[in-house]
Amino acid sequence: MPEKYFVKHLPVLLLFAFSLVIISCNSGKKKSVKDVNIEDFVTEDDIFDDIDKAKKIFYSLPSPLETAMLIKSAGAEYDEELLNDISNSSKYTTNKSMALNLGIYTTDLSFASLFDQTQASIRYMEAARKMAEGLDINDAIDNATMTRLEENLQHRDVVMDIISETFLNSSSYLKENDRQDVAAVVLVGGWIEGLYIATKLVGNSSIKNNELADRILEQKLSFNIVQRMLDDNQENEEGEPNQDILELIAQLQDLKEAFDKVKVTTTESQAVTSQDSKVTTIKSNTEVSVTPEDFKKLQLVVDNIRTSFIQ
Amino acid sequence: MRRTYHLIILFFALSFISYNASAQCKGFAKKICKLELIPYIHDGNYHAAILTEGEEAELYKTFYSGQEYRLAICGSDALPDIEFQVIDAYKNVLYDNTENNLSRIWDFSLEASQQLKIMVKVPMGDTESEYPASGCVAIMFGFKDTE
Repeated sequence: MPEKYFVKHLPVLLLFAFSLVIISCNSGKKKSVKDVNIEDFVTEDDIFDDIDKAKKIFYSLPSPLETAMLIKSAGAEYDEELLNDISNSSKYTTNKSMALNLGIYTTDLSFASLFDQTQASIRYMEAARKMAEGLDINDAIDNATMTRLEENLQHRDVVMDIISETFLNSSSYLKENDRQDVAAVVLVGGWIEGLYIATKLVGNSSIKNNELADRILEQKLSFNIVQRMLDDNQENEEGEPNQDILELIAQLQDLKEAFDKVKVTTTESQAVTSQDSKVTTIKSNTEVSVTPEDFKKLQLVVDNIRTSFIQ
Repeated sequence: MRRTYHLIILFFALSFISYNASAQCKGFAKKICKLELIPYIHDGNYHAAILTEGEEAELYKTFYSGQEYRLAICGSDALPDIEFQVIDAYKNVLYDNTENNLSRIWDFSLEASQQLKIMVKVPMGDTESEYPASGCVAIMFGFKDTE
């Protein structure tokens, strides 16, 4: 029996061995979405009230491209002085600093490209590429991407598509390789950069009837999502504390306190769909309010956090 | 012995299929679901996972006034059509694709910024298969260049 039996069943044994390798390589690979413990979400935020621990939960922050678009649509002007200097890129050697600055440079890239700043777009794409390579994100931004960008600098829609695709490449690579925590840090970096640019552009202007200031205050809604996303990644696969995430949560504590001073209230919504365009308009009213002093504090806190990220 | 043998083969074949489905999820989102967003610009975020018939998922996101959004939710061929609802903080259902021919996309804009919850469900299929089907489900957002 032994030899004959072995030869006869060799394919099955090989399949068995191969499957074991595959399974061991992918154990716990469902980190891109997580089962959520309901006790983690006892908050005052109504939308999170019914969170179901049995379901897969995704939290979505504005991407760098969306962040830049939000700033621009609120009437921002382009100011390259506000962006993180490319020369800083060589300073980032830790996983956390590279992840934060991948987000920061991608927001800067998006901001530059939305204002048709072609040369700046190339420089910031290079900086983002350097961060991605440092994080071992394979081929997120390759030579073909750079060439395509250079050939299409006059076509903003193509440039935006390239930025969107490179960010999708990075985030999908991280999430599918058990590096959900790094993906979260990238998003936080990009989001803080948008907040920084917006707060600097508001400067000392009055915040009354100021669309950009309103946009900043509305970020309190996204900050709730930042907190939950980071909380979800406080432990690594082995249940050990994730030091990068814990540090980041501590760094954002002042921002939490600053946003606590901001009041955001939303009325009930009504959805109305146009018969012609088939586009639905969600009708509601959101009130945001803060004292000028607390807005100043918020600006200062954002400045401090961003400075700590790019050091 | 023969029965045990078949069970082992079945178990590892299913494991292998599951691995392949996971590996293909990124490709499904990028090459298939993203096309549903055209002519909107994809925001670049990646939300996709392997779900099984009967499973549900939720996504929380803040949407901003003045932006025109497209939401696309797609399931791979192995799955029945995906059902989804969009709900506000007052639990009002703003959109339900089961009332819209199980559409994969929804175009919308907001008069005021707010957080919304997107509830996704993979319904049980009609097939009489012993095992529920699994496949990739992607949730993607696009917006329009406001200029």
